[in-house]
Amino acid sequence: MAAQPVPLGGRTGGRLRRRKATDLVFTAILGIVVLVVVALLLWILFYVAKQGLKLFSWGFLTETPPAFPGDKGGGFANGIVGSGIIVGLATVISVPIGLLAAIYLAEYGRGRAAYSIRFLTDVMTGIPTIVLGAFVYSLIVIRWGFSAYAGAVALALLMLPLIIRSSEEMLHLVPAELREASLALGVGKARTTVSIVLPAALSGIITGVMLAVARALGETAPLLLTALGNDLFMETNPSHRMSALSLQIFNNAITGFKESQERAWAGALTLVGIALLLTILARLLGRRRIQMMSG
Amino acid sequence: MTTEPLAAPIRLSRRRFAGGDRAFHGLVIVSAAVVVVALAATAIFLVRESWPALRHYGFWSFLGSSRWAPSEAVATRVDPNPYGIVQFVYGSVIVSAIAMVVAVPISIAVALFITDIGPRAARRWLASLVDLLAAIPSVVYGFWGIFAFIPAFKPIGDWLERTLGSVPGVDVVFKGPFFGVSYLVAGLVLAIMVIPIVTALCREVFLQAPRAEKEGAYALGATRWEVLSTIVVARSWSGIFGASVLGFGRAIGETIAVTMVIGNNVLSINWSILSQGSTMPTVIANEFTESVEPFHLEALFVVAMWLLIITFIVNVIGRAVVARAARNVR
Repeated sequence: MAAQPVPLGGRTGGRLRRRKATDLVFTAILGIVVLVVVALLLWILFYVAKQGLKLFSWGFLTETPPAFPGDKGGGFANGIVGSGIIVGLATVISVPIGLLAAIYLAEYGRGRAAYSIRFLTDVMTGIPTIVLGAFVYSLIVIRWGFSAYAGAVALALLMLPLIIRSSEEMLHLVPAELREASLALGVGKARTTVSIVLPAALSGIITGVMLAVARALGETAPLLLTALGNDLFMETNPSHRMSALSLQIFNNAITGFKESQERAWAGALTLVGIALLLTILARLLGRRRIQMMSG
Repeated sequence: MTTEPLAAPIRLSRRRFAGGDRAFHGLVIVSAAVVVVALAATAIFLVRESWPALRHYGFWSFLGSSRWAPSEAVATRVDPNPYGIVQFVYGSVIVSAIAMVVAVPISIAVALFITDIGPRAARRWLASLVDLLAAIPSVVYGFWGIFAFIPAFKPIGDWLERTLGSVPGVDVVFKGPFFGVSYLVAGLVLAIMVIPIVTALCREVFLQAPRAEKEGAYALGATRWEVLSTIVVARSWSGIFGASVLGFGRAIGETIAVTMVIGNNVLSINWSILSQGSTMPTVIANEFTESVEPFHLEALFVVAMWLLIITFIVNVIGRAVVARAARNVR
């Protein structure tokens, strides 16, 4: 009560009250918008959980789909294994190239060349994944047919710019003193980068890779044009067409069979679960690193 | 002279070091060039694959028609081009525009709440929650869209059709019949998908608002809303614009979620946002592996080529604006 400002007359007091009222109204509107967005997230997550839990079980994770899509039961084991193989291969392709490219941008690149590559990397994150799929189709599938390898290349192209930009940021966070100390001891630049800078940034880099993996796991469009899918049996040879969890969800969701859609929901729950788990783990890892660096 | 034996190994190891350094330098340059090569190769291969169709029908003829009817294609006939793509361009643009009209104001509000308004302890959690929206896969959004969002939205769509659908002037945009799957629903689902992207970019822009000016305004007795609107948001318009352009680019390229809720009508152009249509990515996804007609696959590559051209331009503009905005604020 003591700190109340004294109104300098009726008009000013009214204006102040009006300004405060405006402030309150807008704060309330922003708060409501935030609540709506959070509610949307919860709606999606709970809806997927509710529909998915009807069928989700150990059997769902270990069985392949029934021969006739209208039959009950079965699972997406082949899609889960397929996703693991395709995304695993994509990670093996994209991480070394992405990491080296990030080292170029953070440690070596100067001037126009580095600026252009950084800019193009950013632009590449915005190229539609279906376009990347069409590119890999013309590059690989036309000659060698649909395969998990083709799917992996398409996903690697999608992951590459994400890994480059997140790794570069992490390398920039490594204090320059570490590099200087190493160089002053007579260690070469390459050796300094690999055995001093890289380990210091490692957990941050892993965070970025995990987020890229989560993103690749959820992709469907490029796989339609490259890995094609294989709903009938477990395929583990990467040079053959292969199913993926996302493809199986898509194919089962758009059939008219209720039983297929139930499987698709359980698959969606599995996929969302894995993606969220990866994302949350990555963020926790990233947070610990920031605390270590600042503390 | 006694140092002579020692000098040799040192020189040797230095040379080895320098050699390793050079090799590593070369390696990182080659890796960085992969991005440039991949982008260039994407463009070259898409043009190469679409070349037969472009040569047969003429480069611009695809943009001269809004009728996509592969079954009418005859290998020897050149005119009319059965692969008109104007309706896909319209679909992509209208769906993305709806998404941005809805998502940008929401994203600005959420970003402001996270950077300046929310309780300090809650800000980090809120930011992570919004980011989780980006972790949900596209196919799940589409699936949820069909079975949860469309039934919930159907009464609103019906209401729009009943009211605005008969008002002269706007009836073209809101004409029925409304079956659920439509441009409008696709745009709204897309809006939810781009909110985390635009919010994250806006947050970065808002955080760079000059602290001294904000504190000065508070000291002069400005309310929080006055500070936010006159300093934070007013300083950030170009950043918000850049974020919106990047969100627009993302929306244009989105495939699976859109194809599940847009209805996939390819035969003609439907102006009403309550009607069913297709976008450039959805027609590629739906017909690519089932293309058997003459020049069908090549025509789909023409769509992919135009999609690449459009998204490349949109992203170059968006990135350039965002980069300049970040520099100007600082």
